[in-house]
Amino acid sequence: MLSKKQARAFFLGGTLVTFLIFIGLTVYSLSGEQDQTNEENLTAEVVRGKEIWETNNCMGCHTILGEGGYYAPELTKVVDRLNVKYNDNGEEIIKGILMSKTPWQPNGRQMVAYGMTEGEATDVIAFFNWVGEIDLNGFGEVVGVDRKISPLAKDKINN
Amino acid sequence: MKYKSQKVAYWFFALSMLLFGLQLVYGFIMGFAHAGYDGLHDIIPFNTAKAVHLNLLVVWLLSGFMGAAYYIIPEEAQRELVSVKLAYVQLISLALVGVAAIVGFHFNIWEGRKFLEIPRGLDYLVVVNILLFLGLILVTLFKGKRQTTTALVLSMGLLFAALLYLPGMLPFDSQVTDSFFRWWVVHLWVEGVWELIMGGILSFLLIKLTGVDREVIEKWLYVIVGLTFLSGVLGTGHHYYYIGVNKIWLIVGGIFSALEPLAFLAMALFAVNMYRKGEKKHPNKLALYWTLGAAIVSFVGAGLLGFAHTLPQTNLYTHGTLVTAMHGHLAFWGAYAMIVLAIISYSLPNMTGRKLYDSSIGRMAFWFSNIGMIGMTVAFGVAGVAQVYMERIMKMEFMEVQKHTEIHFIVLIICATLFSTGVILYMIDFYKHGTPNDEALVAKE
Repeated sequence: MLSKKQARAFFLGGTLVTFLIFIGLTVYSLSGEQDQTNEENLTAEVVRGKEIWETNNCMGCHTILGEGGYYAPELTKVVDRLNVKYNDNGEEIIKGILMSKTPWQPNGRQMVAYGMTEGEATDVIAFFNWVGEIDLNGFGEVVGVDRKISPLAKDKINN
Repeated sequence: MKYKSQKVAYWFFALSMLLFGLQLVYGFIMGFAHAGYDGLHDIIPFNTAKAVHLNLLVVWLLSGFMGAAYYIIPEEAQRELVSVKLAYVQLISLALVGVAAIVGFHFNIWEGRKFLEIPRGLDYLVVVNILLFLGLILVTLFKGKRQTTTALVLSMGLLFAALLYLPGMLPFDSQVTDSFFRWWVVHLWVEGVWELIMGGILSFLLIKLTGVDREVIEKWLYVIVGLTFLSGVLGTGHHYYYIGVNKIWLIVGGIFSALEPLAFLAMALFAVNMYRKGEKKHPNKLALYWTLGAAIVSFVGAGLLGFAHTLPQTNLYTHGTLVTAMHGHLAFWGAYAMIVLAIISYSLPNMTGRKLYDSSIGRMAFWFSNIGMIGMTVAFGVAGVAQVYMERIMKMEFMEVQKHTEIHFIVLIICATLFSTGVILYMIDFYKHGTPNDEALVAKE
């Protein structure tokens, strides 16, 4: 039968080994060659957009990369989706919503009226565009406009 | 109660009760908003309610864990707490930081990162507060007559929880890296070190309530926390599937997070077996209800419902939907809320000397809250699954889908009312015990 000493060794050993593997995998997946985010496109505009995103707790209602509040739409690929819906005017629509002084309320559900400046709104859109380009291992297709098209078919369309 | 200084725990528990009550109010605001009644939007918009709801949860659970530590450590180490005065300073500062953060959320002062909304300035105060707490606990433990496994596991959990708060304070320009390290805090807390805290409290309660030999209980405690870390650390990968990092996490996260229910299953089996084995029948029935309840409900909520959407194939569609809220509610309730309520139920009669071990209010509190929470979980689950099919598969628009799921939030609100009735009854029972006093001291072993 297992002794207390063996049980402790199992706990300490298991923890140490898994932590080391975890750190190793973290270093590996955050290394430059494994980048899926197009980090070179991370401009000052995008970073400012992220700051605006955070200081207003947009994640408290919306989700981005699938993380957030579940109360308002996923904003990964939002520009693409609105482009399809509004005749390529996605960015203009977003700008209108962010700069509006009265709450935007699709189907009666209200969003806080942020009344942003045009510069701020442009930064947030830059942030959305950058997020929209990230390779999300298939999730981008699920929330994007082309989600029913098999990833294998993509090349054919581009050609 | 064997040591005078254990009384400090009472006030941490009282703070927990207060914040827990407030958390429910904000939960209702969100439930109504989801059902289409967002009348409070101008004063408390959804993102404020959400940040308050989440952070009150974290603060009341932490306050409960701290109270548990202040109660358990002196008894395990067999000595008084090194400084009662500093413990009160720590309590008051914790309450002040918590309240300041919550008030700030109403004025657009926050960091806007889920679960870690507390603004950076206050983060430093949190760190100072936790350091003071850890100092008091660890010095008491190591100056004590003995260092038991239960006390060590509990303290280790608290120490690592403090350390893991730090990665959440690192600034990143990339949303992906930001999210990556946010999970170092959130996941490694709730599916890692908080389980050490839970395990420590559970083990203490089982020793006291069942009379099973400490050596047996503590041996299994090691096995359980071992399983927790073995699966939970690499299980962090289930948050990395679809946030813009390497595909390797699909495999690593998939395999290890699928093993996570094992730790919870072990915990449930352990608690039930110890109860069956135990020859001592402690008269505090309510504490036993909550203790066994925590072990079983955490298996269902954290283990089974977590597994329900943890495989990458499923998570591809459920990621970022109400399915997560389904799992989140029962998991936090079973694993952490119930274990805090268990240690309160056990320690309260010992601190106040009023031995209200079994009462109809206490029993109703247990059943109402649990049945209510299960109902809420089902409502979230139905809404979540419907959302996945309509939005992710049939490609319907977000708000159109939300209209269809409003009815499930009416059901949610009804179940939440039952849940809250249970919680209020628990609070009445808490209040009825009165305040702690030295007359409740019993002779030391």
